Amino acid sequence: MEAVKARVYVSFKPTVLDPQGQTIQRALHGLGHPSVSGVRQGKFFEIELKAADRDDAARELDQIAREVLTNPVIEDYRVEFLAT
Amino acid sequence: MKFGVVVFPGSNRDHDAWYAVSRTLGQDCELLWHDSESLGNCDVIILPGGFSYGDYLRCGAIAKFSPVMKSVKKFAHDGGLVFGICNGFQILVESGLLPGALLRNRSLKFVCKEVELRVGTADSPFTREASPGSILRVPVAHGDGCYFADERTLDQLEAEDRVAFRYVENPNGSLRDVAGILNEGRNVLGMMPHPEDAVEPLMGSQDGLVIFRSLAGALAGAGK
Repeated sequence: MEAVKARVYVSFKPTVLDPQGQTIQRALHGLGHPSVSGVRQGKFFEIELKAADRDDAARELDQIAREVLTNPVIEDYRVEFLAT
Repeated sequence: MKFGVVVFPGSNRDHDAWYAVSRTLGQDCELLWHDSESLGNCDVIILPGGFSYGDYLRCGAIAKFSPVMKSVKKFAHDGGLVFGICNGFQILVESGLLPGALLRNRSLKFVCKEVELRVGTADSPFTREASPGSILRVPVAHGDGCYFADERTLDQLEAEDRVAFRYVENPNGSLRDVAGILNEGRNVLGMMPHPEDAVEPLMGSQDGLVIFRSLAGALAGAGK
């Protein structure tokens, strides 16, 4: 078994309005960053697990992301492996 | 007939629902613990308002994995009456028992006030005693009540007469002013406002009672 560390990034689908991102963008304009033309807020989960290999870990993380970490109606995700 | 109110860790309107059913409506009502798969032979299951599991991850996202929800899903698929209020509505959409999702309020503010709802349909066990188009005054109290679904789903909800309630003045940015929706079988209702907190003169409105009366009427009509 291999120890694997990964990040699952979760963000709103492009079609979903992100009022928090919009508010941050307005604040950035107020703070002297008028060049900022878009902010979308998301979150990430750092996950450590043991798996037979990288492919096995990818499958499990995919399942975790789909079934638990995201609501597929409103959110997309991507998995990134980290050096352990 | 018997009502059941599920209690999750973090539920806080469970006793309000229990009070509305047992004291105001005068029907048998049991509190059901989230950790048990038993629904206690109840004829209606109410998922109450609150902050189940601290709203961790997403509102309702952890509650949907609780043992009681396994039974609630089966109960709903078999045609049982399920009524989700506020956090209960969030749990129902997370569970896939109702379409769409509930997002952070457009204003980013928690809204806690009385609102007016327009009844969309009387064709359900939850609204059979209400008149379509009539106005109900009930409170809302939520931070994540902005109803979202894709255009196709919204069109379908409207075409199938499944929008049970609409806001007269939209408090949270919900698409098409949706405040409450029915599932395809019309045996599951989810709504953000709190009808259980508008059942006594002391509460400022008794308009929420029509939903509980409708449920009692539907059960009595079914011989329960």
